[in-house]
Amino acid sequence: MSRPHVRLLGQGIRYLTTLRGGGSAFPGLVMERLHPGFVAEELAKLPHGVVLISGTNGKTTTTKMAVQLLRSQGYKVFTNRTGSNFVRGVAAALLGEMSLTGRLDADIAVLELDEAHAVHFVKQVKPRHALLLNVMRDQLDRFGEIDTTRRMLAQIAAATTGTVVLNREDPRIVSLAEHVPEGTQTRWFGLSAPLRPMFPSDDDMRSAGGPDAESDHEQEPAPRPAADVELTSFEANRVRLTVGGEAVETTVALYGVYNMYNAAAALALALAVAGPDADRAALVDELSRVTPAFGRGETITVDGRPLQLLLVKNPAGFRLSLASARPGDYATMIAINDEYADGRDVSWLWDVDFHSLRSGGVDVVAGTRAWDMALRLDYDEVAVREVVPGLGDALRRFLAGAGERPMRVFCTYTSMLELRRELSRVAEVAEI
Amino acid sequence: MTDRTVHLVQLYPRDMNIYGDWGNTLTLKRRLERYGYAVRLSDHDPGDPFPSDADLLVGGGGQDSGQFRVQEDLQRIAPELRAMAADGLPMLAICGLYQLFGHEFRTGAGETLPGIGILDLTTVGGPTRLIGNIVLESPEFGTVVGYENHSGVTRLGPGQAPLGKVLKGAGNNGEDGTEGARVHHVVGSYLHGSMLPKNPAVADHLIRAAVERRLGVFDAAPLDDTLAERAREVAQARPR
Ligand SMILES: [Zn+2]
Repeated sequence: MSRPHVRLLGQGIRYLTTLRGGGSAFPGLVMERLHPGFVAEELAKLPHGVVLISGTNGKTTTTKMAVQLLRSQGYKVFTNRTGSNFVRGVAAALLGEMSLTGRLDADIAVLELDEAHAVHFVKQVKPRHALLLNVMRDQLDRFGEIDTTRRMLAQIAAATTGTVVLNREDPRIVSLAEHVPEGTQTRWFGLSAPLRPMFPSDDDMRSAGGPDAESDHEQEPAPRPAADVELTSFEANRVRLTVGGEAVETTVALYGVYNMYNAAAALALALAVAGPDADRAALVDELSRVTPAFGRGETITVDGRPLQLLLVKNPAGFRLSLASARPGDYATMIAINDEYADGRDVSWLWDVDFHSLRSGGVDVVAGTRAWDMALRLDYDEVAVREVVPGLGDALRRFLAGAGERPMRVFCTYTSMLELRRELSRVAEVAEI
Repeated sequence: MTDRTVHLVQLYPRDMNIYGDWGNTLTLKRRLERYGYAVRLSDHDPGDPFPSDADLLVGGGGQDSGQFRVQEDLQRIAPELRAMAADGLPMLAICGLYQLFGHEFRTGAGETLPGIGILDLTTVGGPTRLIGNIVLESPEFGTVVGYENHSGVTRLGPGQAPLGKVLKGAGNNGEDGTEGARVHHVVGSYLHGSMLPKNPAVADHLIRAAVERRLGVFDAAPLDDTLAERAREVAQARPR
């Protein structure tokens, strides 16, 4: 088949799968089979190249922010926003964005890829810019070990031709600088010294006495490279940043300190892409207009009461979510599934510190691994009102028992999908 | 009045702590407290003076890099650990530390890490990771449930008792149906999970041995393990 025919076939399949609400990657699979170089050839035409965002936590939110920041600077951005972060998903997204004459109306691509798929991707397409966020325990049952994940990110750094933007506060990410090839720049985003203790790495997780005890293994701090963007401090949604040595202030309508840090990462990336032409003030201003990505702290209103959905998938993310609000003020539900997409291994729950929930307790624990979660909370001496594995029942009981309190639900990926479906019967829930 | 304090020591929590190993420490600590004993919890990390008054040792898994970092220190304290094990001091060694409790571990990269030989076993790095939910049948502890994630292939010596027979999962090597190893009051295993929260029988065996060794008698009323029972039922029914 000739190229345009293959593309039109792919676009047709994409249209049909959209009609039936099917998987977003399937048309991409067809394209990959029929025309293996399709993605690389199309992306190579983009005048500002490809930006790749990877890491364990915060990819989706950070990608969304980076796209918005770059659009505010006049870039025509192509992105894989369907959340299908496979090479195939990129192909499918490309098909969706192209006109029937095969023109992609974009001058830069900003792509979110998980570590394993990114390695596969950079063999076909060399990114001009890469933003590498963090390496944390997540889905180790698939990738094996954290050090393996770090090596995957090293391959991305090594394949990047323009600038690699790195997280100065994650030791495994810092060590990637040595993989950045000659001729490619390394830029950094970071945290002020007072904020660093809020982001414990997986390496300093547990010492004697548990989470309350001081670690007696303080290591000599290594000298830190200067960061283009540093998160200085924050208070509620008010954020102070140091950008290129200059103090700036803005608001960010996102939940939690980790999202503030993602905003700093996205800003550092946008500055690297735009280079000396960047309108710094406009970029900082644009940050105040970003909104949460699906499930990353989105708020759904149920009977006039706010319910916040918080995706949790690894210890560091769960700990940061817990630290982001005073638990006593909320009705709390936790839903833990162990389906393939969540990761079958629930051992990571033991690396989360649940002390902060003691004062208010947990109203409902749900999901396939509800009993594991209840057992975990029992060993941290957190009271649980009810254990209801079925998510529909659990949600109804939670809504009925929450009273006037605002609600928050910590949930794994598949439990969030199901809870959103259940919620859409009683509330306005945005389409994914 | 006798001092009802039990000294619980974590081995290498800095370098060998992944897959929820903290859950094992926490389970021992809480259960001891709920049984009415006080717990002194301390860490042993490379270079620290070894706490010779330990009553109960627990250590976990790690990256290969973590094993390299603790290996030298482990050799330093090996004579004391071997004497303690022979004297009936209970120890739980999971995954990476389990491997180092054997004779040696030859990594996938071809390097050899000497072990301390408390357990009669050797391990070689295998080509694939053995990953998934696992269920064992143990002569002493009944059904044992957990999650395994290792590339090490472990072979037991001829006289070495396993922790149990694999009912579902891979175990020591995916071939002979054994999982873990047992000697004196030492339990070695690939089971994360964490292992002890969902296996109170194993936790209580270690606790009883520690208390009896220190105080002569273990006299506590049983705990309510309903939550653990439910979680065990679910864990056995989940796909690998
Ligand atoms: Zn392991």
